Amino acid sequence: MSALTVSALRKSFGGLHVTKNVDLNVEAGERRLIIGPNGAGKTSLFNQITGDLTPDSGTIRLFGQDITQVPAQRRPHLGMARTYQIITLFARDTIVHNVMLALLGLSKSRWNPFISLGRQRHLVEDARRAIDRVGLGHIAERPLAQTSYGERRRVEIAMALAQNPKVLLLDEPFAGLSIDERRDVQKLLLAIPRDVTIVMIEHNMDVALDFADRITLLHFGEVIVEGTRSEVVADPRTREVYLGH
Amino acid sequence: MSRGVLGLAGLAAAFLALVTLPLWLTQIYYVNVASQILFYAIFAFGVNLLLGYAGLVSLGHAGLFGIASYATAYLLAAGWGHPLSIIAALIIGLFSTAIFAALSLRTSGIGFIMITLALGEILWGLAYRWISVTNGDNGINVHTRPTPFGFSLTSAEAFYYVTFVVFLICAILVAIFVRSPLGAALRGTRDQPRRMTALGYHVWMIRFWACMFSGLLTCVAGILFVYYNQFISPQTLALTSSAEVVLMVISGGPATLLGPVVGSALVVIVKSVVSGYIARWNFLLGAIFVAIVILMPEGLVPGTVRLWKLGWRRATTRRPSVLKTGGPPA
Repeated sequence: MSALTVSALRKSFGGLHVTKNVDLNVEAGERRLIIGPNGAGKTSLFNQITGDLTPDSGTIRLFGQDITQVPAQRRPHLGMARTYQIITLFARDTIVHNVMLALLGLSKSRWNPFISLGRQRHLVEDARRAIDRVGLGHIAERPLAQTSYGERRRVEIAMALAQNPKVLLLDEPFAGLSIDERRDVQKLLLAIPRDVTIVMIEHNMDVALDFADRITLLHFGEVIVEGTRSEVVADPRTREVYLGH
Repeated sequence: MSRGVLGLAGLAAAFLALVTLPLWLTQIYYVNVASQILFYAIFAFGVNLLLGYAGLVSLGHAGLFGIASYATAYLLAAGWGHPLSIIAALIIGLFSTAIFAALSLRTSGIGFIMITLALGEILWGLAYRWISVTNGDNGINVHTRPTPFGFSLTSAEAFYYVTFVVFLICAILVAIFVRSPLGAALRGTRDQPRRMTALGYHVWMIRFWACMFSGLLTCVAGILFVYYNQFISPQTLALTSSAEVVLMVISGGPATLLGPVVGSALVVIVKSVVSGYIARWNFLLGAIFVAIVILMPEGLVPGTVRLWKLGWRRATTRRPSVLKTGGPPA
């Protein structure tokens, strides 16, 4: 069964075509890697899948349901979660508060103006569990402003995982990490069970290639090559536009 | 732990001081000043919900404040009773807030400021020119104050106590709200609106409810204001009134509970008490704001807490002894 199907997707800003007739089919449980040079339209594609950008034409389906017209804030409720290439967190709050906001986003009680958020034991416990999962349990109460870049990357992932998504979109989860940190995040991602479908944009080929079942190469808004890991790596067009010689 | 106890003791002391205020402030004039501080603090709570917690600066709130005041005064003049006039004024105020919010929440940031400014100016213009309803520049007089449960509010003390009770209720409501999930969500939309959308929050709707709560507090303050002055004129809706409340919040400390109260006290005291001694009180108020922005840009309440903590740390940490490590060469 397909988890995510994008068909004939187009988007342009004036004369700049960021998405040109993109078709993408990701099976449930698959690990898909999206690569491409800077400006290939990878993040724009993500933004259309999550609803941040409205495509000019084409459809996006999540487990068969057409979500092209579904507002961005409804999509997480349908099982979609994402992380950002540029870290987008709540810097004034603690790690645990950040993850609690992720949990609260899917909970009915997010509209409640009367109860105390800090007293919602189940939210606090679930948040702590998600933080333990990314190995930050010892600093859960620390304000985000006092954490390192690598720790924040893991908070991003913790927030996405806390929402128990069916489809997880990772936008360069390894960007800016040291070799050790990259290994930690890689372990973290490999531990995610197969009932979660993962689509990942990444440039760090050493960590990303091992992870991917299939790879899609985007170039100037178009899918140039798609196939299994070995097929794509061996394809001469991949060498030409992306990997170099 | 001791710091929390200290805070509680401070709050208890402030509460006691406010309860017994008419006993130790025997001059009626000062009791009236205290009433003003309290209802302007409610107004500032309302503006702070948007400015501090939602990151939306409104320069049109005096318009909403004025709508509630005018509605009360108009309905009383039309012969309605006090309870009905108050309830109707709240409904009219909230309805206006909903329209106000629907128009201004199309944007945020500078756009929001400009739309609220424009809406405030429109309401001011209406108050000034729609003479058949507002009586234009002459304003509307309110001849009596309500008598809840047969308790006359004519005296300054009685009015002070009612204002104090309403103030306490509003303060408690705000305190509950900012700790609630919806309050946390509102702060989230201030810091990362895009991320909040991606987490499943309806950012527009959260801001809308914040506007409604802010409008409710503003209207409550407006009704207290019209009963306090027993008069309303277009002056109340002017841009300077909106700006004054924004300054109260900024000087006291946005996104804090006590900030609006401190800011309201500062502005009201300079305006009504200090102005008796200094003719150029506007200049003084301006100088105070400049000093706050330079010395405590985060506002008086957070700034004082910061200095207090700094002093506490200085007082409690022992300086490393120089002599133990050998001392300076003789």
